[in-house]
Amino acid sequence: MNAEVHPIRTAAEIGLAQAFAEARSRLPGNGAISRRRAIAFDRFAEQGLPHRRVEEWKYTDLRALMREALPIAPPPDAAALRRAADAGALLHAPDVRRLVFVDGALAPELSDLAALEPGLTIQSLAVALAAADPFVVERLGTVVPTEDIAVALNTAFMGDGAVIRVADDAVISRPIHLAFRFAAQHPAAVFPRSLVVVGAGARLTVIESHEGADDLDYQVNAGLELVVGDRARVDHVKVAMDGARALHVATLMASLGAGAELNDTSFTMGGAVTRNQLFVRFAGESAVARICGATLVKGRQHVDTTLVVDHALPGGTSRELNKAVLDGESRSVFQGKIIVRPDAQKTDGKMMTKALLLSETAEADNKPELEIFADDVQCGHGATAGALDDDLLFYLMARGIARREAEGLLIQAFVGEAIEGIGHDGVREALTSAAAGWLAAR
Amino acid sequence: MLEIKNLHAEIDGRAILDGLDLTVNAGEVHAIMGPNGSGKSTLAYVLAGKADYAVTAGEVLFEGEDMLAMAPDERAARGLFLAFQYPLEIPGVTTMTFLRTALNAQRKKRGEAELQVPEFMKRVREAAGKLDIDQEMLRRGVNVGFSGGEKKRNEILQMAMLEPKLAVLDETDSGLDIDALKIVADGVNRLRSPQRAMVVITHYQRLLDYIVPDVVHVLSKGRIVKTGGKDLALELEAHGYAQFQEEAA
Repeated sequence: MNAEVHPIRTAAEIGLAQAFAEARSRLPGNGAISRRRAIAFDRFAEQGLPHRRVEEWKYTDLRALMREALPIAPPPDAAALRRAADAGALLHAPDVRRLVFVDGALAPELSDLAALEPGLTIQSLAVALAAADPFVVERLGTVVPTEDIAVALNTAFMGDGAVIRVADDAVISRPIHLAFRFAAQHPAAVFPRSLVVVGAGARLTVIESHEGADDLDYQVNAGLELVVGDRARVDHVKVAMDGARALHVATLMASLGAGAELNDTSFTMGGAVTRNQLFVRFAGESAVARICGATLVKGRQHVDTTLVVDHALPGGTSRELNKAVLDGESRSVFQGKIIVRPDAQKTDGKMMTKALLLSETAEADNKPELEIFADDVQCGHGATAGALDDDLLFYLMARGIARREAEGLLIQAFVGEAIEGIGHDGVREALTSAAAGWLAAR
Repeated sequence: MLEIKNLHAEIDGRAILDGLDLTVNAGEVHAIMGPNGSGKSTLAYVLAGKADYAVTAGEVLFEGEDMLAMAPDERAARGLFLAFQYPLEIPGVTTMTFLRTALNAQRKKRGEAELQVPEFMKRVREAAGKLDIDQEMLRRGVNVGFSGGEKKRNEILQMAMLEPKLAVLDETDSGLDIDALKIVADGVNRLRSPQRAMVVITHYQRLLDYIVPDVVHVLSKGRIVKTGGKDLALELEAHGYAQFQEEAA
């Protein structure tokens, strides 16, 4: 950490440095973990917040967008816990096992930690770090190694989160819902970090939701490391419904074993600035990933989905579909990169991103990329951006459907393709009706 | 029911309809025949209210009211139906949802109660069965992956469900083999009634063997140049459109 190296320091960068200096002794974990925090913070300190001259952050200039570093959220008090009691209720998924995180900290009194299925263990990350749990210490930060600065900041400041382990061949049919709720009454930042390790042949569904009040500045920098064991299958749904002033950066780092399957869906509607990063590594042969994203934004919202799918071994299949609906002066960014390494023969990768622009002033930036180093592969990508199809609108109206309703049907159908892969009926329907509500309110 | 007077219409500044007159009464089936480029599809689109077409003169009265002033959905709710020559695909919207939304939107505009799901399902199944449309197709996106014939049958299914007063069929025979043509024609004939009028637009006489019209019109260069009985269609089949194209010029 050396401020002199970079003469230009933003208020946010200075604030982060101060916050780290003050908080580091209180953050959970000693020894190896605190060294890891220090290394991660040093990387941030050397480079500063990512900005538009950093290719990966070209369209989301965090240095400009993040005006200040907010203080680390204090542990929730009784009032905050009361305000968070219905966390995640928007997903209408009463059958799931809900773990509630209030201002970044696991709230056991709001969480369902009883009667865990055989083969399932759940821990608080803060507890695991404090106890220097070798399982966590050994894996954290290694699932998909990355130089990304947002991840470095998360590692430096990580407070709490879920550590979920599923034993080999255990089929956990009840989905686990990580419900993150910002309930503090002062502007603050939270840095949740979770680790989910699913054993060979096992099955798990993880649903993640992020919410908070509209009238408060807050910042979320969330990390989720996910290990999908050989032949295991994981369904992951991330729903970002943050408050209107929130800055939300979330990174999924997923590693897929041989024959593993990941079915991932992100749904983003809230927040002032949202950056969804997905780093997916095919670490075993013949793994399959289906990665979908749906974004509905208006006003001056900014949503960036940055995806790197790294095929390191042969026979992998990946399908990426990103759909964005933009109104007002909103902006969506999709950067999707498929890497096929020399050993990854017979890789089958297809990526598609589509933006639907409902106003003249909305902007969609689509940047699909292929980096292929193997010669026997099938890879493709496509990108479209446009308005609603007038001919389709006319067809619907010629059947008696009013323009507004016809637009709604077409927009829902557009988004629907990206969320139809969600296996949980309640969650899929809740997101469908959330999209309908968004349309009705525009 | 339908009165078209001196209708002029253009698209992209190009005049297509040039003083078209047509009167269709309830219970009648009119065929409009004409060569390519004579304005047949333009007439269909102008009646349905497609925004790409500009009406530069004339009027269209539907049950005495100025139809050109109405939005397309309003026209549909009043009882106009256009069977598209090229039915569109709507990925993500199932035929079932499409039909129910359309039917209830029309009923709502007319001040009628929405049709409840069980009653709606019963009607759809019956109507689809008669048109040899598989239940599975109703659960797929509208026309997505349908063959040409399936798309045309789907148009007739929509017509059967929406029960229009005036149906305009735009080249419903195009792209159909003889079996599909019979299914479609049977579907149309079942909907003939003294309260309902139909305008059947076609290039070929073949369709009119199955949907027998009361009146046949020849359209050329944007206006009706000859009107006759069903025999006129046979005459056109034998001699072609050349004579009328010259007359209109």
